[in-house]
Amino acid sequence: MSDESARLQTTPRVAPMFRLQWEEVQQSWVLLYPEGMVKLNGSAGEIMQRIDGKKTVAQLIEELETAFDATGLQADVLAFLDIAIAQGWVKP
Amino acid sequence: MTTDTQTPAAIDSPIGPPLWLLAEVTYACPLHCVFCFNPVDYAHSGPELSTADWIRVLGEARAAGSVQCGFSGGEPLVRDDLEILVAEAHRLGFYTNLLTSGIGFTPERAKALKDAGLDHVQLSFQDSTRELNDFLSHTKTFALKRKAADLIQANGWPMVLNCVVHRLNIDYIDKIIELAVELGAEYLELANSQYYSWAQINRDGLMPSREQLERAERITQEYREKLGDKLRIFFVVPDYYETRPKKCMNGWGNIFLTITPDGSALPCHTAKMIKHLDFPSVKTMDIKSIWYDSHAFNHYRGDAWMKEPCKTCPEKAKDLGGCRCQALMLTGDAANADPVCDKSEHHQVVIDAVALAQIPDAQRVQTKPLVFRDPINSRKLSPAPADTTPA
Repeated sequence: MSDESARLQTTPRVAPMFRLQWEEVQQSWVLLYPEGMVKLNGSAGEIMQRIDGKKTVAQLIEELETAFDATGLQADVLAFLDIAIAQGWVKP
Repeated sequence: MTTDTQTPAAIDSPIGPPLWLLAEVTYACPLHCVFCFNPVDYAHSGPELSTADWIRVLGEARAAGSVQCGFSGGEPLVRDDLEILVAEAHRLGFYTNLLTSGIGFTPERAKALKDAGLDHVQLSFQDSTRELNDFLSHTKTFALKRKAADLIQANGWPMVLNCVVHRLNIDYIDKIIELAVELGAEYLELANSQYYSWAQINRDGLMPSREQLERAERITQEYREKLGDKLRIFFVVPDYYETRPKKCMNGWGNIFLTITPDGSALPCHTAKMIKHLDFPSVKTMDIKSIWYDSHAFNHYRGDAWMKEPCKTCPEKAKDLGGCRCQALMLTGDAANADPVCDKSEHHQVVIDAVALAQIPDAQRVQTKPLVFRDPINSRKLSPAPADTTPA
């Protein structure tokens, strides 16, 4: 199994230090942590809100492609996950 | 979007929500720190807001878009309704932070706060000037912090330690870092005291020399390399050592809202020293009106209020002219450039203070004893205003 196909079977979760929530006033998803906040852009919010520690990356991609009637989102989702993991927002 | 009706200025600086709510629930505190940022005249503060007042304020702030709520003081654990307030803040969707010295943080209260939904505890080292020896010898202070740290870990909160560093403890920075490691901290803030309120009175005794600062930064860096991800260390130098001012509070009325124990709404916790501004009270005005419509919150918002050299400065958007309180304290006019900036005509006052910090205490012509923050000193330093009944 290649690295990428192995990665598609992982089940990422939001790191315990962070809390994801929808902010009505800001009309965006935010990540809250001790004394701080990350405001997510539209696509980051769409990905993050589906991360629950149970769905695999492959399932996330499928769900997003269905929701937005799109194909070929895998590269974008994996690129975002790279950032989110590097930032410590998400545990792989 | 109604962009067609917006002026260019409004597009450049739309007023965002008050994302950060600092609830200073009480000025009462068992400590007497010489660097305390509570106002020097705190002893004349009016009666504290009731539980019902705070619950209303939390609701109004959340509706206005606040997301972070810091419970601070004084020592917030002095209030026995803290659990009720935290529970309400949690229910409203705030991320809740408790800023405490750990005094009064019992297993019972820690559990009650966890049950109430408290997200985070920031534990600060207390009055390490009066108790420097004790602090360094790991006796009483260590036992207290150990207990608080154990409760933080047992309840699954991230461990964030804060230590105010200054002339008298900065040479022991290695011991402070080792103490943080021993307590199992994940984050350590080594913040030099900023010279406001009590720390302004005690500035000459608290400002480290350049040599002390450089040594402390070097040692901090060595520990960072040694400890890696185990402990993240933030080191904040006093702004007097800079030549450009800090973007204070990230801008006046930009993200930060403080509510004082008696209900004054401020753009930062020391702003009440700006006497020509009539800061609104949450008892007579709702948070949205305070934030968007009040004169005090609009007065230094953006850059329309600026004078020279800020007005035409190419860097004005970067620091917004620095800190209004510092400009007032050091130049007598809150609308002046923060004199930390070397473009300020008053920059010499900062140079003079830094020059004094290079002189060892023993060689100083005159040394002022440190003034401890307590109600007696507060009354001594700030006589009661004629229109209020002394408490």
